[in-house]
Amino acid sequence: MALLEIRWHGRGGQGAKTAALLFGDAAVETGKYIQAFPEYGPERMGAPVFAFNRISNEPILQHCGIKNPQIVVVLDPTLMETVDVTEGLPDDGVVLVNTQKTAADIKKQLKLTTQAVYVVDASKISKDILKRDLPNTPMLGALIKVSKLLDFKAMLESVKHRLEHKFPTRPEVVEGNIKAIKRAYEEVMA
Amino acid sequence: MIVARTGNEAMAEAMRQINPDVVAAYPITPATEVVQLFSSFVHDGLVDTEFVPAESEHSAISACAGAAAAGARVMTSTASQGLALMHEILFIAAGLRAPIVICLVNRSLSSPINIHCDHSDTLASRDAGWIQIYAENAQEAYDTTIQAVKIAEEALLPALVTTDAFIISHGMERVELVDDKAVPKFLGERKVKHSLLDVDNPVTLGPLDLQDYFFEHKRSEIDAMNHVLPTIEKVQKEYGDKFGRYYSTVEEYKLDDADVAILAMGSTAGTAKVAVERLREQGKKVGLIRSRVYRPFPQTAMLKAMTKVKVVGIMDRADTLSTLGGHLYTECRSILYDADNRPLLKNYIYGLGGRDISIEEIEAMYDELLTIQKSGQVDKNIVYYGVRGE
Repeated sequence: MALLEIRWHGRGGQGAKTAALLFGDAAVETGKYIQAFPEYGPERMGAPVFAFNRISNEPILQHCGIKNPQIVVVLDPTLMETVDVTEGLPDDGVVLVNTQKTAADIKKQLKLTTQAVYVVDASKISKDILKRDLPNTPMLGALIKVSKLLDFKAMLESVKHRLEHKFPTRPEVVEGNIKAIKRAYEEVMA
Repeated sequence: MIVARTGNEAMAEAMRQINPDVVAAYPITPATEVVQLFSSFVHDGLVDTEFVPAESEHSAISACAGAAAAGARVMTSTASQGLALMHEILFIAAGLRAPIVICLVNRSLSSPINIHCDHSDTLASRDAGWIQIYAENAQEAYDTTIQAVKIAEEALLPALVTTDAFIISHGMERVELVDDKAVPKFLGERKVKHSLLDVDNPVTLGPLDLQDYFFEHKRSEIDAMNHVLPTIEKVQKEYGDKFGRYYSTVEEYKLDDADVAILAMGSTAGTAKVAVERLREQGKKVGLIRSRVYRPFPQTAMLKAMTKVKVVGIMDRADTLSTLGGHLYTECRSILYDADNRPLLKNYIYGLGGRDISIEEIEAMYDELLTIQKSGQVDKNIVYYGVRGE
């Protein structure tokens, strides 16, 4: 597996950084080399924020920013009106959006021709299962599917360990998140 | 054990395994997490450390100096303005031969105020008598924190281990931790010859020392720094033999057959390695030198590395504001004075205040160095890379 670079778009407080860290952390347990880092600008609730991942089978040496991610994950679809979420995306890049719209609609909205677009209603999944709009964990499931590079079962197991560590007294939170990830993995579509 | 950790988390884990006698600290971005995590280890009973939350960095390092003089194994963590506020006591700790270890996150000094990476904070303390080791990544930050305790205590010199602000301190990476029990075993107990707490053998530390003996005492401190490199090399080797990860004071990367090289410190060296790989695929003979240990300056190893190539581009993430260029540049020029086969030098001051440096930008530097090699001419010795209006 060559080096995979991912950029997360979210709003402050939506968990883009948490998702990137959780994704990286889980990938380490499956034997990968990773980096996970947010972009540290002014931190304000609701403002557009970025987070990044690098994943590889080999040690990752570079410590520069990511300008040409192969995959872009959009946690909040309203960001696409104000932020150029496809900036630096290569012709064979992938965009994954949390939205109620179809992939064709998003493709048109973002004026994309060659790149692949995937959509999943992660907010609905989160509201159904977790009773709150926290799209970041379900998006992990969708990301594992579209990245095609990580073993879903191993990743799920690994994410579960992380959540159990984070919420030792709240098994329902762990179970709910795992359920949401599974559902997003199944529902994400081109 | 293989885990995912940020640089700060990795350094805090090392501190937990070291289990120092005393940690006195004051929080500052981006180093806060190191002691914040460590304080939770104290709370959870995972360490036996006497934790002193001080009211300033000046007080924190003062408490460290006192505790180290009493014979304790002492650590703290800070960054930028925090280190600047410690400045007075840094010299005192070194003069007292107090082997304190600071986990330091490199952040630019005000003003203008900024929380991101450059090396101006530790480089401004280069003459304080502290060993300085710059880690390239989170793994190295972890390994070097453990090594530094042993080096400092053997040499009776304080040591700074640094990571690049946010790039390493807040960036999560794959890190291999050694076994909890192996760390105290590797370090052993601190052996104290003269302790303030040894009432049967009373000693005086830090008294007035005037024209009669100050110079001899200072000279012995200088002598300790002059002779610490073999200790650093020995501890690096012991660590490698025990845990499998070897480090050198000056790292050479694809240098032996290289025509030109870049010299860098900290996380940028990793980015430069990728540039080297890409350019080598195009048949360009480029290499990298990394200054891991900066104080004392490993001049023999540095001279050996630099004289392998025709041109060296020296990347400094700080300026001396002296018209002479960056710290590495001025010092490398100095050690080359007596060398027979001096390479041409070019100084790239870059990345101040955390400005990103990309693989492509470093590739462009290498191309410029190859042009210099052909022409034998350096147009402009010192450039401020990527600055508007330059």
